[in-house]
Amino acid sequence: MTRSRPLSDPAILRRALRDSFVKLHPAKLIKNPVIFVVEVGAFMTTALLLRDLATGAADTGFNFQISLWLWFTVLFANFAEAMAEARGKAQADSLRKTKTHSVAKRLQPNGKTEEVSASQLRAGDHVICETGDTIPGDGEVVDGIATVDESVITGESAPVIRESGGDRSAVTGGTRVLSDRIQIRITSNPGETFLDRMIALVEGADRKKTPNEIALNILIAGLTLIFLLAVVTLQPISASSGAPPSVAVLVALLVCLIPTTIGGLLSAIGIAGMDRVMQYNVLAMSGKAVEAAGDVNTLLLDKTGTITIGNRQAVEFLPVAGVLETELAEAGQLSSFADETPEGRSVVVLAKEKYGLRGRELSHHEAHFIPFSAYTRMSGVDMNSDHLRKGATESIAQFVREQGGAVPDELHDLAARVSRQGGTPLAVANGRRALGIIHLKDVVKGGMKDRLAELRRMGIQTVMITGDNPLTAAAIAAEAGVDNFLAQASPADKLNYIKKEQAEGRLVAMTGDGTNDAPALAQADVGLAMNTGTMAAKEAGNMVDLDSNPTKLIEVVGIGKQLLITRGALTTFSIANDVAKYFAIIPAMFMTAYPALGALNIMGLHSSQSAVLSAVIFNALIIIVLVPLALRGVKYRPESAGALLRRNLLVYGLGGLVSPFPAIWIIDQFVHALGLA
Amino acid sequence: MTSNGVFQILLYCSLILALTKPAGAFMARLFAGERTFLHPVLRPFERLCYVLIGVREDAEQRWTQYAASLLSFSFWSFLLLFLLQRWQSLLPLNPSGFGPGVTPDLAFNTAVSFVTNTNWQSYSGESTYSYLVQMAGLTVQNFASAAAGLAVAIAVIRGFARQQTNTLGNFWVDITRAAVYILLPLSVLAALFFCSQGVIQNFTPPTVVTTLEGQQQVIAQGPVASQEAIKMLGTNGGGFFNANSAHPFENPTPLTNLLQMVLIFVLPAGLTYTFGRMVGDQRQGWALFSAMSVLFLAGVFVVYAAEQAGNPNLTQLGVASIASEDQPGGNMEGKEVRFGIAATALFATITTAASCGAVIGMHDSFTPLGGLVPLFNMQVGEVIFGGVGAGLYGMLLFAILAVFIAGLMVGRTPEYLGKRIEGKEVKMAMLGLIATAAAILLFSGASTGFTANLNNGGPHGFAEILYAYTSAAANNGSAFAGLNANTPWFNTTLGIAMLIGRFLIIIPMLAAAGNLASKKRLAVTSGTLPTHGLLFVTLLIGTIVIVGALTFFPALSLGPIVEHFLLQQGRLF
Repeated sequence: MTRSRPLSDPAILRRALRDSFVKLHPAKLIKNPVIFVVEVGAFMTTALLLRDLATGAADTGFNFQISLWLWFTVLFANFAEAMAEARGKAQADSLRKTKTHSVAKRLQPNGKTEEVSASQLRAGDHVICETGDTIPGDGEVVDGIATVDESVITGESAPVIRESGGDRSAVTGGTRVLSDRIQIRITSNPGETFLDRMIALVEGADRKKTPNEIALNILIAGLTLIFLLAVVTLQPISASSGAPPSVAVLVALLVCLIPTTIGGLLSAIGIAGMDRVMQYNVLAMSGKAVEAAGDVNTLLLDKTGTITIGNRQAVEFLPVAGVLETELAEAGQLSSFADETPEGRSVVVLAKEKYGLRGRELSHHEAHFIPFSAYTRMSGVDMNSDHLRKGATESIAQFVREQGGAVPDELHDLAARVSRQGGTPLAVANGRRALGIIHLKDVVKGGMKDRLAELRRMGIQTVMITGDNPLTAAAIAAEAGVDNFLAQASPADKLNYIKKEQAEGRLVAMTGDGTNDAPALAQADVGLAMNTGTMAAKEAGNMVDLDSNPTKLIEVVGIGKQLLITRGALTTFSIANDVAKYFAIIPAMFMTAYPALGALNIMGLHSSQSAVLSAVIFNALIIIVLVPLALRGVKYRPESAGALLRRNLLVYGLGGLVSPFPAIWIIDQFVHALGLA
Repeated sequence: MTSNGVFQILLYCSLILALTKPAGAFMARLFAGERTFLHPVLRPFERLCYVLIGVREDAEQRWTQYAASLLSFSFWSFLLLFLLQRWQSLLPLNPSGFGPGVTPDLAFNTAVSFVTNTNWQSYSGESTYSYLVQMAGLTVQNFASAAAGLAVAIAVIRGFARQQTNTLGNFWVDITRAAVYILLPLSVLAALFFCSQGVIQNFTPPTVVTTLEGQQQVIAQGPVASQEAIKMLGTNGGGFFNANSAHPFENPTPLTNLLQMVLIFVLPAGLTYTFGRMVGDQRQGWALFSAMSVLFLAGVFVVYAAEQAGNPNLTQLGVASIASEDQPGGNMEGKEVRFGIAATALFATITTAASCGAVIGMHDSFTPLGGLVPLFNMQVGEVIFGGVGAGLYGMLLFAILAVFIAGLMVGRTPEYLGKRIEGKEVKMAMLGLIATAAAILLFSGASTGFTANLNNGGPHGFAEILYAYTSAAANNGSAFAGLNANTPWFNTTLGIAMLIGRFLIIIPMLAAAGNLASKKRLAVTSGTLPTHGLLFVTLLIGTIVIVGALTFFPALSLGPIVEHFLLQQGRLF
């Protein structure tokens, strides 16, 4: 499920508009040095404007417009950030609503329960939850089994089962028990629960700048300083020319040159990136984790559930000599009628599809079904004189021998052949006659092969983790197209594999749910824990998938990359834009002193004032124009780095160099037509 | 442009191309501590050096220790050179009897200038300094500052080449090897060749002769050849005579001229190959070489075209500006007839692309566009081959920036040569950029009032000031001329600009290298930004040009750019 929100939600817009003004406070704005410089510039031009108005100096109209657009520039930048935040806040509000002040039934040492407010619970308390109760805090089921509605967290309305012991014991505060009664040991104090953390994360309240964001901030702050030097020194340099530019024009030049576009959009990009992950129903514990996802070189994917669909399917009937394929198919089908497992059903379906066996009407008095037991490791049906059984090869062989029959070597050969191909052999016998083998196969998820190929193009290698033996694992790995596999993998093997990859300079991502996955999840650069998993796993990972769908790891990698690309693209665009602004402003600035510089006015802008004004207007408007791009992210295509760079350099580098020329020209036409300058 | 001119330029480029690999491979072996063909002869001498300075050859230094060693080396060098100048009248080898007239500010300026490999000269060599100061002071610093630059470049390369270590090598070992195996042998050979061509080498006092017109002329003498070789090889550029390489005793023949130009580029070009070898991927080195070559060729041809086109106002007066059998055409003002327009354009571009600063013509007399290129070459930080060592680490600064800005666009944390480019590296790169930009712009801005020191007014006068501070901050040392810089204000501020341009690049780059060396090298996959292809070369060039242009375009537009347009309108300065 994705929780996408339209960009133009009126409630969010209203909130963002209000916040853009709140953010004008210099104490808040100083955290964004680029935009802060714009604000200082706006203050300066406004102050000069007021002085000019008081003294009745000329050109107040022009100075007024410059001041106005400088303020707009600040507001637009604030709006971009506020917009991104407002989207998170709206979601946090809806989460907060579910955080009811529920009453908890705390278990006292004497075995009785007392009613206390959920906020009074501390880690280690035991509470009882019954049908209809809201679980008061994060915890672990220590007794009982219940169905729980976790839609608050996951958005998924189908209830899930939570029971004591095993990997499904974790419950989350705010979710609701739908049936039965469980005893829960509370594991987190109020304010530190998963829901609290989730609210804080989507709200971006304690958002820390990621390492890459910090580095980028240094870059743009440094560029701002350089341009400050370039513009400030223009004053004395041009003094000798006889007609130095006015302060308003110098400020306008400065604001146009400093990277306001990326400066205004940078934090919005980061917040929106987190938000996009959230829309995939993945909760990233930090922006750093999302960035790391973009850097991943190796993906550890669990075979079952990620690469293959969870169940095996019958794909082939392999009779021993002297048995017809149809006879084997019919025996297999009959023995599977009562077998409700997906494997059993797939045998029935295969027999029907391949041999048109409709399956006879079987009534209970003529057929006696033998259910599968862990002891016999087979199931089947007794019907008239037939004793049909299917099961593990060894079990069937033993059954045949017990019935007085002989087991042909061929049966073992066939079984071995199936194993080699990555399948699971299922032997079938009728009394003392061994009939053959049914080939059960892991089925690779549709489209998985293409996605893995896509990952390879992106330079990401995939490793399949499976408990299967190496033979089986190799066959499935080849079929799915993974680059490598780890067979008969224990949690320790996983951990070692991750360490080995990291030692070779690769970043590793994995998914996991069990407590024994926790060390590997913690070691991995990106650890995506399943929400159905244990608390230990969720704590160890740096992301939680609320839908518990391990395939999502691939999407998360894409989002991480998209986040970084968006940053790079807008930075490049922002810097490349400056070239055109120079061509607009420099000739305009010195038109009086050096009319010869008019040769640089290649856009043919109408007057020096309209040129400066047009550049400033372009500089402000481009922020607003790019807000949707910053929030949605640059379109990401799974390609090699070289191809991506070529494309993005062309679009954002060359595009950034060229596009402002016509844009400023058009604005100049408007400014001129409207008589603004 | 004449075909002969184009041929000269291409011949020069092919020579550099041919020398890059042997020079680079030799340096890579040398600094890796491997034996070279010179070891049988020079190894004992190298050992002796370590014994004398008390250094253990295998003692590694962290970046802070490396930087501290460099700073203390530079400081003592400065002090020695300062005192030598101040006391030259008390010391031997002073046949002209130059007195104690070297003012403290000039001594400061000159000492800083030679220690920082700038070789800005506020003085005229033949009329200021004794042979002892020229040889034991200036020439020694020519070796020392070049060797130090080379050492820093190698340390910075090690930052990329090594992983998970906190050391960058040993400054004393690197500087010794640079001097003993590279600079000394090559200088000896070159000096001998120069002597064979007529460059003088003597301690004779100036000769006074009577000219054909019956006038008295003083012909300066001195140990020129020994200084000339390292002046070019070490990209120092401080001439023995005020006329620098335009003087027939420094640069008498086309052959010496060619060799001088080759000497400027041979080590900086070779270092790109050394870089590739040391980081284990030769293509990385050639990528840097290509980016430098493209920028260089563009510059050469702009200058050549501008100079060959000449001054349109003269053409209107009927002066032939087209090259013919009888005359070179174009703008010959301030150029040696021995060398002509193409060679002068080539030399001017080389000397400002590398931080050499030697000249065979007066850049002040170039056309505005012809003068713009040398100015721009220096303003982008002397990274087009650049100074010995300085060019490479300057280029790596830009590579870090280019990778950081554009590298994000492949959807990964930017990395260069397997090393992640993060906050620390970006901070250091920006610090270097800001420091030089500040030194150039603030001092130029502050000096615009000193119009009395200028030969020219208007934009050309401003260009003279801008050029001076650019040359100082870029550690180039060439002068646009036209500015009388031997005053306390200019001597002091230019000296400060040189110190900033040298050490506020070196220290951040060493810090970045130290940080990079401690990082793990990441595996290269198809998701890694390729930094060896055409795409990266384009990107690197774009970053250099755009960052350089954005920083200095306003200033340049009030200097050579407006002067160019005014020239077209017939207004001269």
